[in-house]
Amino acid sequence: MNVRVHVTPKKGILDPQGATVERALPNLGFEGVSEVRIGKFIEFRLDPQGKTAEQAKAEVDEMCRKLLANPIIEDFTFAIDEG
Amino acid sequence: MSPAHRPVRFGVVVFPGSNCDTDAHHAIGTFPGAGAQFLWHKDTDLAGVDAVILPGGFSYGDYLRCGAIARFSPIMQAVRDFAADGGLVIGICNGFQTLVESGLLPGGLLRNMGLKFVCRYVNLRVENADTPFTSTCDEGDLLRIIVKHNEGNYAVDAETLARMNANGQIVLRYADASGALTDEANPNGAVENIAGICNDTFNVFGMMPHPENSVEAAMAGGADGRRIFQSMIDTVLQRAEVAS
Amino acid sequence: MSPQYVNRRADVDAAVKLGLTAEEYAHICEIQGGEPTYVELAIYSLMWSEHCSYKHSRPILGRFPTSGPRVLQGPGENAGVIDIGDGWAIAMKVESHNHPSAVEPFQGAATGVGGIVRDIFTMGARPIVSCDSLRFGELDEPRQRYLLDGVVGGIAHYGNCLGIPTVCGEIYFEPSYEGNCLVNAMAAGILRTDQIVRAKAAGVGNHVVLIGNKTGRDGIGGASVLASQEFDETLEEKRPSVQVGDPFTEKKLIEACLVLLHDHLVVSMQDLGAAGLTSSSSEMASKGMVGLDIHADRVPLREADMEPWEIMISESQERMLSIVEPGKLDAVREVCDRWDLDCTVIGEVTDSKMLRVWWHGEMVGDIPARRLADEAPVVRTPSVKPAYIADDPVAVGDADYPAAKDLGAALLELLAAPNIADKRWAWEQYDYIVQANTMQIPGGDAAVLRVKGTTRGIAFANDCNGRHCYLDPYRGAKAAVAEAARNLSCAGALPVAVTDCLNFGNPEKGEIYWQFEQAIEGIAEACEALDTPVVSGNVSFYNESFGNAIYPTPMVGMLGLYDDVSVHIDHGFKDEGDLVLLLGPDGAWLDGSEFQKARYGKVEGRVPDVDLEAERRLQAALRAAVGRRLLKSAHDCAEGGLAVALAECAIGSGVNGGARYADPEARAQGGAGRWRGTDVELPEALLAAPGQPLGAAGRPDLALFGEAPTRVVATCAPGDFEALEALLGDIPHRRVGVVTGETLRCTMKGNELISVTVRALRDAYESLPGRLA
Repeated sequence: MNVRVHVTPKKGILDPQGATVERALPNLGFEGVSEVRIGKFIEFRLDPQGKTAEQAKAEVDEMCRKLLANPIIEDFTFAIDEG
Repeated sequence: MSPAHRPVRFGVVVFPGSNCDTDAHHAIGTFPGAGAQFLWHKDTDLAGVDAVILPGGFSYGDYLRCGAIARFSPIMQAVRDFAADGGLVIGICNGFQTLVESGLLPGGLLRNMGLKFVCRYVNLRVENADTPFTSTCDEGDLLRIIVKHNEGNYAVDAETLARMNANGQIVLRYADASGALTDEANPNGAVENIAGICNDTFNVFGMMPHPENSVEAAMAGGADGRRIFQSMIDTVLQRAEVAS
Repeated sequence: MSPQYVNRRADVDAAVKLGLTAEEYAHICEIQGGEPTYVELAIYSLMWSEHCSYKHSRPILGRFPTSGPRVLQGPGENAGVIDIGDGWAIAMKVESHNHPSAVEPFQGAATGVGGIVRDIFTMGARPIVSCDSLRFGELDEPRQRYLLDGVVGGIAHYGNCLGIPTVCGEIYFEPSYEGNCLVNAMAAGILRTDQIVRAKAAGVGNHVVLIGNKTGRDGIGGASVLASQEFDETLEEKRPSVQVGDPFTEKKLIEACLVLLHDHLVVSMQDLGAAGLTSSSSEMASKGMVGLDIHADRVPLREADMEPWEIMISESQERMLSIVEPGKLDAVREVCDRWDLDCTVIGEVTDSKMLRVWWHGEMVGDIPARRLADEAPVVRTPSVKPAYIADDPVAVGDADYPAAKDLGAALLELLAAPNIADKRWAWEQYDYIVQANTMQIPGGDAAVLRVKGTTRGIAFANDCNGRHCYLDPYRGAKAAVAEAARNLSCAGALPVAVTDCLNFGNPEKGEIYWQFEQAIEGIAEACEALDTPVVSGNVSFYNESFGNAIYPTPMVGMLGLYDDVSVHIDHGFKDEGDLVLLLGPDGAWLDGSEFQKARYGKVEGRVPDVDLEAERRLQAALRAAVGRRLLKSAHDCAEGGLAVALAECAIGSGVNGGARYADPEARAQGGAGRWRGTDVELPEALLAAPGQPLGAAGRPDLALFGEAPTRVVATCAPGDFEALEALLGDIPHRRVGVVTGETLRCTMKGNELISVTVRALRDAYESLPGRLA
């Protein structure tokens, strides 16, 4: 399975990087940009080892909670595709 | 008055988030034959300075990538033009990062191998003493200067690296106290222990260690960094003499 | 949101939920002349929380000496200010960020640095030093390593970006901090004596201007919920209110605000810390004896749907409140624009003496500013001496405390103990050299910095042995002051002022209150004797988890001065043939020592009492000797006793690579292979000191590793010994050995006790990173 995880700053949490990039873009002539949030993209392969799709999903969810994201300040979403 | 008799003027560029700008200004002030002035990032000309310093710090918070936003500052076009005319430009730490982001120097600076900010004394072995930034040194000299950075791990493709080596563009490498290029002496995992490089016309120089914090023997940083700035001052004066 | 909600009246149940008592609620109703609005109640609950009102500590803190000829500003402002001569002054302050760091170590520590730095530049001072005192549980717990890693990383992230050198600090590990780590951030700044700015609103009709970051829901409830309740299983639920630090914006704020203050473009300034707009506005109004109208709807928001009470108590970081005359508003805007900072007029100064909060033209809060500040409750808990406090030192018997036989191995064991081992792993993550003032880097007794443009210098040290404070809070706290001063005196600096961070458990418990009272008395007596007034500080209560309190930890940060900083010395041995001296009385205690803990796994007994008069005289003599350049090194004898002190001096001879030493040869060689050891013959008197029950046991291990205050290991050139002796007079001192090659050797009556190479000592001392993997 291919797993793709997006980690972003939690809604409502200050994102200094996003705010700084948002200020910089208009200086280069790119107008109309708002709500820039900068996070991480993580991808990896997961050997299903006989797991059902549900079990794999639960496992990736736990990976995200425990390590890939910091649930105190970050949100995450992920997608798993067979391949 | 002939140019050779006035102090050599350094321009220190100030980006929002620069924090070694005043140290660079102070360092130049310790040289009797030189003076420094600040250049604001929104300015569009270099006020006629003889050499430019892009200082250390965290321009734009180092957000996105170190130097990625600073390279678009209005002053950087003037720095590019100045460099194209052969003017001396030194980028220290964040300044080095800005120079590689701007394409004025080859390669890139990745996160330290140890994944942590590192502030430590290093020994720099002079690999090429025939540059405007190292002319007061001899090849093989060791300079003891402090590094302090999070992203100082120099990386470049093999082909470019071979060319840089052949040209003598690798100016400083991390070495141990005996001058050997060991892994232990390399604070950030930089390829071939590279600490400082020049462009192929040898007028733009980037280094991760901080010579501006090493200009007074009584201070913790020592004084070995003086040789970098003295080399630049000598070069400017020589050029002025040739021109006059 | 309906206007009805905005103006909703709050009953006693709401008050209790916000942490107020029924009596406090009744008092609020009396002040307000009826039930308060929700906004008003939120404001009271924060301003009357322990964190903002110091309700348990205020009456006792009055015991501190706070004035002196050098004190330009004592407690009560954002920071204390000390006159250092030549028209220069130093602003200094320490603050805890324990609870936020326990929740999110990286951001908690980062915002702790951000907060203390704002306190400094708010006074008009340019921040020049940052220091951090940290306490964690034992390192074999993975959670503690995670906290340590996060906290150190957060301090580095924020402080390095600001370009403020982190030059001193301390880290200790004890089980008592396992559920409640301590993060005490100290900062100092430099200013001209005529540049002091006080946080006082003035000038009816002036604008109230908010500068810096937008306001979000960061730390909502932070002050009252996070800082005023013990930790328990609800920890998880408290997480969403974590603040995220933005050091880039803070760096811009420093530059912009110093221009605004020094060019007199603002009347006054206050940073938004705990309780945000609420505390900053009410304090400015109350100090200035004026009123403030705050239009909460004009505050720039990061999240659109915030309610007025949320806006008033948000703890979003990197925000400053300033009072601006209408004619200077354009100039203020210009400075803020230059630094890409938001600058918004959110209210005005009035003559009402009321703090009024407006929401789209409707008044939603109306509080007498002075009464909000002055009538905060005072609570005194009847104190109870805890049962665990021992009246006598432990009886050292071979059953409980079998003598260590291999003393060399015992020394290496102690050097590798996390509380003693080199903290280089941490401080190499901090930029300790930026600003080009650093003369002594971390790892020694004190941080030493020059003052540019003068011959003067300043030094900082921070100290607190929590174990000693646990065994005897009075003696432990006294010893913390004495040790900080001793560290400064070892470097040759004159101790002049204290900032303290008083970390304790739940003050509603009699035992905790007793610890607090005792510690305050200890600090006060020591500060009086050593002439170091307390000019600022912070109290952090409720440092408990699951009902277990931390060791009482009154952290003492101290400022030292030099008229001529070029005389400063550090702790490393210098040249072969130099004489090694032990200054101070004989005798050492096992009680509360690192040896007791590391070797025997115990923390018990009665710690020694500092003789303040002896301390004062020893330190004065030390400084005089350093000032006359009679000493080449000096080192406080602290954790691990005499043997560890000697080992640290030996390791210090080469470990920093020598760039900070004058020896050009050592510099060229990078210090490698240039360690200095020592040959020391320990006098038998160390075994049998008067009044010291341990010594009588005749145990060399206790003489080597036992601990006692008021002791210093120093070296001098042989030719200076006579002059030094004359200077020391009747101050106890012994010549115990000489600086030699690369081995540390201790003998007694000719018998070899220890013989270890300095390289082996160094390897043990630098073994901390191995424990962190």
